[in-house]
Amino acid sequence: MMGRVDISKIPNIDKINYNGEYTPDAVTPKSEVEMPSKVLPSIRDAIIASGLKDGMTISFHHHFRNGDYVVNMVMDEIAKLGIKNLTVAASSLASCHAPLIEHIKNGVITHIETSGMRGELAEAISRGLMETPVVFRSHGGRADAIKNDELHIDVAFLGAPSCDVLGNANGYTRDETGATMCGSLGYAKVDAEFSDCAIVITDHIVPYPNTPLALPAVHIRYVVEVEELGDPDGIMSGATRYTKNPKELMIAKNAANVIEHSGYFYDGFAMQMGSGGAALATARFLREKMEEKGIKAHFALGGITGQIVEMHEAGLIKKILDVQSFDLTAAESLKNNRFHTQIDGCFYAGYDYKGAAVNALDFVVLSALEIDTDFNVNVLTGSDGVIRGAIGGHPDTAAGAKMSVVVAPLTRGRIPTIVDKVNTVVTPGITVDVVVTDQGIAVNPNRPDIIEKLEAADILLTDIESLKVRAEKIVGKPDPIKFKDRVVALSLYRDNSIIDVIRQIDEDDEEE
Amino acid sequence: MRLRRTMMFVPGNNPGMIKDAGIYGADCIMFDLEDSVSITEKDAARFLVYSALTTLDYSPAEIVVRINDLSSGLGVQDLEAIVRARPHVIRLPKTETAQDVIDCEKEIERIEKEAGIPVGSTGMMAAIEGAEGVLNAAEIAKSSKRLIGIALGAEDYVTDLKTTRSDGTELAFARGMIVNAARAAGIDALDTVYSDVSNEEGFLAEATIIKKMGFSGKSVINPRQIDPLHRLFKPSDKDIEKARAIMEAIRDANARGSGVASLNGKMIDKPVVTRAKYLLELAGLEEEAEEE
Repeated sequence: MMGRVDISKIPNIDKINYNGEYTPDAVTPKSEVEMPSKVLPSIRDAIIASGLKDGMTISFHHHFRNGDYVVNMVMDEIAKLGIKNLTVAASSLASCHAPLIEHIKNGVITHIETSGMRGELAEAISRGLMETPVVFRSHGGRADAIKNDELHIDVAFLGAPSCDVLGNANGYTRDETGATMCGSLGYAKVDAEFSDCAIVITDHIVPYPNTPLALPAVHIRYVVEVEELGDPDGIMSGATRYTKNPKELMIAKNAANVIEHSGYFYDGFAMQMGSGGAALATARFLREKMEEKGIKAHFALGGITGQIVEMHEAGLIKKILDVQSFDLTAAESLKNNRFHTQIDGCFYAGYDYKGAAVNALDFVVLSALEIDTDFNVNVLTGSDGVIRGAIGGHPDTAAGAKMSVVVAPLTRGRIPTIVDKVNTVVTPGITVDVVVTDQGIAVNPNRPDIIEKLEAADILLTDIESLKVRAEKIVGKPDPIKFKDRVVALSLYRDNSIIDVIRQIDEDDEEE
Repeated sequence: MRLRRTMMFVPGNNPGMIKDAGIYGADCIMFDLEDSVSITEKDAARFLVYSALTTLDYSPAEIVVRINDLSSGLGVQDLEAIVRARPHVIRLPKTETAQDVIDCEKEIERIEKEAGIPVGSTGMMAAIEGAEGVLNAAEIAKSSKRLIGIALGAEDYVTDLKTTRSDGTELAFARGMIVNAARAAGIDALDTVYSDVSNEEGFLAEATIIKKMGFSGKSVINPRQIDPLHRLFKPSDKDIEKARAIMEAIRDANARGSGVASLNGKMIDKPVVTRAKYLLELAGLEEEAEEE
């Protein structure tokens, strides 16, 4: 209080940071104290307020998957404002983002960074739509690039199913009336934290405080309320069901057998199941083995499905680290289960971050479009050379987990899965430990320890070359895909080094 | 002894299923040219199955091809192609009389001679799918040395009987006739399909009944039915131990040159030995079923 203290007499006062001497001016009259509101009336207002200009980078998350309306809504408004030459850095893109093609043609978007791409947009990119190659990054690589400012985000447009007027946002709402629900907002967290201006777009403004929260208000500049964020059916389905495809079940069973005898199946293990029927179904067979042997997992990581949740609720998995919820059961669990936690991309898989959760995995089960005889994996381009996939956390988890298991059918239709050279390297073979197909299991020769353990358990092993020969015997060897020289996309490894390029497909013969 | 616990149906016009048919561990794989193939696809299926059998390796499964019945005019064309692809067994559908088998065998023999295939090397099985056929089961089962088994086809049979599939009551007589006829002829008896693939409980209930009745196995229409059926047919550890002890006693007696073996003070009858051997074979322990 004024006059109570002679500040100059406080010992070493020059070493202490303080804001002068108190005066009553520091106090705002109670009648004037009110919570501010960051809510703006429209997306257009938020774009203008953000100061978005030609040549900047904007970002989106992909937690609304193929039901997302946010990307298209925002891009339409940006186009109307006449802003051009933007970089879109989405955590991933889906088939529903085909309208971006027009914005690319009109010069609104001149560069794209993403984890994946499908549908018409991907087809157009593969046919040479963009001058600058699209950059594909892993989830860990993207988070790292943003954190290290290699990928600088000027404005982030982040859809959130619930938000308060300050910007505390989450992937679900505790109100029963909330329309959309996506569970974890893991990939959006990094964008919120490191972008210059983060805008939450929500369909549900809830009373302060919107806790627990995914995106804290301190990172959020503006909030916009819209009618709809997306199509709930496209955002997530009910519980992911286990595949009924007998071939996938068989592959899953083989994978579970490998895991059981690998040395990494012990009380307190950590696991991740990638997306894809066989990878997810592996959990079902593992569960049987866990119950039989009285083994429990310490945590499950990654994209989370209802099956993982069921195991958690049955006491078989202690904790869930959820960077992306794959179904409603997972989203509900995030809301209701105390040890089901949402984590961000760096926490999950950041390359620079030695403490990334992937490094604590005992094993991960991953899918693949193609695997070559050097164990390199492609999850990005199809058998026609066209982009139709996503890197996701594939290279991150393969590198981090003590054992990576890649599951795939030996052939898909008339296409062999095991080949001499994959179209696009996404995950380098040195990080791929076991390949499990319906017609044989091959262990990377650089893992003699795993080979020894599996052989001791009488698990029949073959080598990757024999699998390739077997596939070719069944479906033959396809003609090589014809590409032009032009590079249309880059495949970046998790340290953001260029591991491969994707070239424009050559369709000249077909046009003749 | 060849196990025939599972005979997996694979439509002959489905390349995807044909190329993967070998991976599920069915004892027998039955490529179908008959009911699962529409009339416009018959020739395509025939060539597809021929090519599959001459290209892909399905071992160790037994390869069976179900042809169209001879009266349709398609059956002989099927045989012309398929016998040359050397399946283990040709399955004849809708067998009504012993003569049906004899007629088919004649064609097979002719083609074997023409193609330079050892005569008699192509096995046969007959599916009985009507009231008449069931009454003739005994003669059908003994009509050819090539026969490895007879099978019940229930869908046509219940239609013939003017009833429908239900809890199995409707099939009791046919099943009894067929299993008895097969065993009297020293061949296998195979039960019909269970079509409600997602109802594992119902499938197992039916499979339990036919196993008790003495059937060697059952037709399956989805690979998911294979494992449960094999588990059902797998003898219990206790039964295996007992069978082992019996065979041990037999080997002891044989080594001593004694014709009489006993276990725990009880003489072992011949049927007991036969059952013990069959059980060990079912358990995949053929080497322990030796008497010497």
